[in-house]
Order: sequence, then C-alpha cells, then structure tokens
Amino acid sequence: MVADIVFYLFATITVVAALGVVSAKNQVHSVLFLVLTFFTTAALFVLLGAEFLAAILVMVYMGAVAILFLFVVMMLDVEFSTLKEEAVQYLPLGIAVGVVILIEMIVIITQVHVDHNNMVAVAGEIPNTMEIGRVLYTKYLLPFEIASIILLVALVGAIVLTLRERKRPKRQNIPKQLARTREEAVELKKVASGEGAS
Amino acid sequence: MHLDHYLVLSALLFTIGVFGIFLNRRNVIIIMMSIELILLSVNINFVAFSSFMGNIDGQIMTFFVLTVAAAEAAIGLAILVTFFRNRATIDVEEIDTLKG
Repeated sequence: MVADIVFYLFATITVVAALGVVSAKNQVHSVLFLVLTFFTTAALFVLLGAEFLAAILVMVYMGAVAILFLFVVMMLDVEFSTLKEEAVQYLPLGIAVGVVILIEMIVIITQVHVDHNNMVAVAGEIPNTMEIGRVLYTKYLLPFEIASIILLVALVGAIVLTLRERKRPKRQNIPKQLARTREEAVELKKVASGEGAS
Repeated sequence: MHLDHYLVLSALLFTIGVFGIFLNRRNVIIIMMSIELILLSVNINFVAFSSFMGNIDGQIMTFFVLTVAAAEAAIGLAILVTFFRNRATIDVEEIDTLKG
C-alpha cells in the first residue's frame, strides 16, 4: 500500500517534470527539469529493486550528462525566444502524433495477455550490485569491453571536434633556438665617431 | 503494484519525448533532451521487466543504453558547439549547408 502511494507520487513528478523539459520557456529551466526527471526515475528504480542502476543514474546522468547540457546551454549565447516563436504552429501536429502513439502503446500493454499481472517484483537473496557484477564480468564480458571502446571513441571524438588551433601561437621553438650560430645572430659594425648608426 | 503501471509510465515518457521533438523542432538542445527522455523511458521498461521477471539481463541492457546515451550526448553537444562557432545559431532550419 505504501509502495503504491510512493510509486504514484514519483510517477506523477516524473511526468510533470518531463512536460516541463519540453515546454519550459527558459532552456536552463528545461535542463533542471531534466535533472528532476532523472532523479525521480532513480527513485522508481530503487522501488523496483535496482539500487545499483539508481546510483548510476544519479551519478552518470545527473552528475555528468545533465551538467554537460547545462554547460552547453550557458556557453552558447542563443536568442531562445526567437527559436520559440513558431512553436505554437507545431502544437496541434505534436499533440495528434503524441496521442496516437500513446493510445497505441496503452492498447498493446492492456490487450496483450501475457500473464504478467501475477508477477511480483522479486527481491533476490543476493544483493543487486553483486548479482550485476557476477553477470557483467562473465556472460557480458565482451559487450562490456565494447562499451568501454565506445566511451573512448566518444571521448576522443569530443576533444577532436571542439579543439581549436590558435591562429598565430607564440610558442618557443627550442631546436631553432639551439641551431642559431654566432654568425647569423650577431653583426659587428664600425661606426665612425659623430655620424651615428644606420 | 503491477507491471502495467510501469509500462504505462514508460509509454507516457516516450510520448512526451516525441511530443517535445515536434514542439521544439527548431532548437537542437531541446531535441537532444527529448531524445534523453525517450531513452529513459526505454530504461524504465527494461528495469521493470527485469525486476518483475526475476532476470538480471534487463538491467545489464540498461547499462549499455546508458553508455551509448552518454556517448551520444557528448558527441552531439561537441558537434553543436562547433556548429555554433561557425554559424552563430543552433536553429535546425539553418543547418542546410549540405543542401545541393
């Protein structure tokens, strides 16, 4: 009973926050609504018995991805209001497509008679984190390594894309300095007295 | 608490994500946030089924979805920053330099 109330509370917050993401006037507010959505979803994961994923969601999504979005939103000086002006014109189409998709999905969920309503959320005897660790490093070892390569490619790609070479860098060229000889560096001139140099 | 509740919540989040793409179809940042919402709804589905069927594989799959989503966000935002430097706009309508 308490679990039901908690579920409905968090589900309501999730849906309202997700609506806030897509409809907020200010982009920064959108990002903050996104953080709220992730957090309440993490709470729902805890309710489902997936504590480790909930922790990962808070750390990776809220701590890294959402803050990355926040950085980019604040870094790019965009006139947001001009982008928002024509939004009303797409509203009917968006609502129509959304309602159709939602109805289709709910029809499928309620009509398909897999006997899933008798299932209950099972809490295993061993802790969730230990269970994930056991499977991840044995059965899913190869996908795990491929995931790390994907992250490496993303890391290198992001750096390569955003790296900007300065036009005229004032850097010290050590080999050139060491290759200088006395003849090309110093010139000795005899200046007659009373006439001045040049 | 039935499985259906989680599936309906997930369907709602997915719909809001698609709706967001339609509503903000000129702003790339909001579109990327909508894609994050859609991926989140997929994750909820995976975790709900994993939990109700007593099978851990769904949660492992969520890990890989998370990984790809993080990589996608990093690369997408990097492209966005580069594009903004060159054109000083993030309007989707303006991204037409490749048009013949």
